[in-house]
Amino acid sequence: MFLSSFFRTIPISLEQGLAYGIVALGIVISFRILKFPDLTVDGSFPLGAAVVARLIMEGVPPIYGVILAIIFGFIAGCFTGLLNTKLKINSLLAGILMMTILYSVNLRIMGRSNIQLLTVNTLLTPLEALEVNRFIPIIAFFFVVTIGIKILTDMFLHTQLGFAMRATGDNEQMIRTLGANTDNMTVLGLGISNAFVALSGALVSQDQGFSDVGMGIGMIVAGLASIIIGEALFGTKTVQRMTLAAIVGSIIYKFIISLGLRLGLAPTDLKMATGVMVVLALGIPALKKEKEGKLHLRGV
Amino acid sequence: MIKLGEITKIFSKGTIDEKTAINCVTLHIRKGDFVTVIGSNGAGKTTALNLISGTCSADEGDIFIDGRKVTNLPEHKRAKFLGRIFQDPLMGTASSMSIEENLAIADLRGQRRGLGWGVKKARRKHYRDILKMLDLGLENRMKDVVSLLSGGQRQSLTLLMVTLSLPKLLLLDEHTAALDPKTAQRVMDLTEKIIRENSLTTVMVTHNMQQAIQYGNRMIMLHEGRVQFDIEGEEKKNLTVEDVVKRFGAELKDEALLVAS
Repeated sequence: MFLSSFFRTIPISLEQGLAYGIVALGIVISFRILKFPDLTVDGSFPLGAAVVARLIMEGVPPIYGVILAIIFGFIAGCFTGLLNTKLKINSLLAGILMMTILYSVNLRIMGRSNIQLLTVNTLLTPLEALEVNRFIPIIAFFFVVTIGIKILTDMFLHTQLGFAMRATGDNEQMIRTLGANTDNMTVLGLGISNAFVALSGALVSQDQGFSDVGMGIGMIVAGLASIIIGEALFGTKTVQRMTLAAIVGSIIYKFIISLGLRLGLAPTDLKMATGVMVVLALGIPALKKEKEGKLHLRGV
Repeated sequence: MIKLGEITKIFSKGTIDEKTAINCVTLHIRKGDFVTVIGSNGAGKTTALNLISGTCSADEGDIFIDGRKVTNLPEHKRAKFLGRIFQDPLMGTASSMSIEENLAIADLRGQRRGLGWGVKKARRKHYRDILKMLDLGLENRMKDVVSLLSGGQRQSLTLLMVTLSLPKLLLLDEHTAALDPKTAQRVMDLTEKIIRENSLTTVMVTHNMQQAIQYGNRMIMLHEGRVQFDIEGEEKKNLTVEDVVKRFGAELKDEALLVAS
């Protein structure tokens, strides 16, 4: 019973883990690189879904919907950055404000609280039409997209601009004395982060066949859980490891959740389980009186 | 070179805690000057550096670098003129980034940062060469993250970073004060060597009067936000700690300053 659940859970966790892994990559940029506790994620994920769903309903080719979702996510992230850097609003509050504002924006975009996409053509329809087990092309698709984004992220973080962004999170005062505009770095980084998250939302909504205004709730906590799991395996020594940790962590997280559901965890308790998981991961080092906690964040 | 024109900085203006940190200071630092600045706690030394670097802005007066008014220029835009080293060795480097990455960031001080690779192959060799100069073995650890280094190693690295693309003005804010005496001497010797070889215009704040007398061609003492004395040349060369204490003992209430001497 347990073993069969175990194996049957693998494909679905790979599919979802890779799809949500893009969110985790976004959170790596905000939380890990910029050390900015960005909660916009809970709003920018459904934003991506809303944009793509609305455009598909309007008859626009899905790929344009995805591109626009990325742009909208980027803009949303930039706004959070601007609230923090220009209006000096606390980083946590800036994210919460943006997340709240996006709730209304998402409802406006969709025109109602959810749109189903099961009966229309999406970006994934051609893959699903292939005469093989549905999982194979879908997993391959998400693998290519997610690993592609990981590689692009790794490359970006090794450019001059990427160095400045990493230094902004690491030692803001120092990189400012070296002439980088740390405000711009924060805004750009949050833009990229939320562009990733919105892309994930756009793809996930097409994968699961609906877009719902509430689909982003708890996204940041789930993403953090993924990152923490991944980092326990790969560490944070290099950028490449951090991004790999996010993706693998996301797959393992989805695996744990799916397995839990199969073994009788009530779906209603899912977010609590995730929350408790993060609390334990963050809290145990403190209880063990380790000198440094897991998260060092700016502006909190 | 650098001109401060009747600069005043008041903290918490209009409140009961109002404090005039810098009081109408006028100062002209010439090209090639190596100025040491002493003064007791609260004399305004660090505030003076903060005003020059743009970390805080002046309430009155103007600052000029090379004839260009920079009074309202934000910190990151003054960066191309200035190099600054802080007392805390942790402040000058990004600890989660590698030695060569830190050097590469510093290599682009004040320049546009684009999508080119951060560490360029051609520059890597140069980084290795200058790291060799430190004689700390860091040239073989260029991929190590900086958090693995000791305070002295980090401060030495900071010194290299700040002077990598030569600044018009080097600001040293008690940059050896947090190190053990032996390491401090090492870092100071290296600092002196780099300044001499490149004829860098330098302002060094120090708590150590011996150091203030030994190094540089000019010495300024700040007291309660004003320039108490400003001596240079022969007079500076022949100065001893006893002279200074004799002349200004009354103002040197700060025990740390006397003990350090």
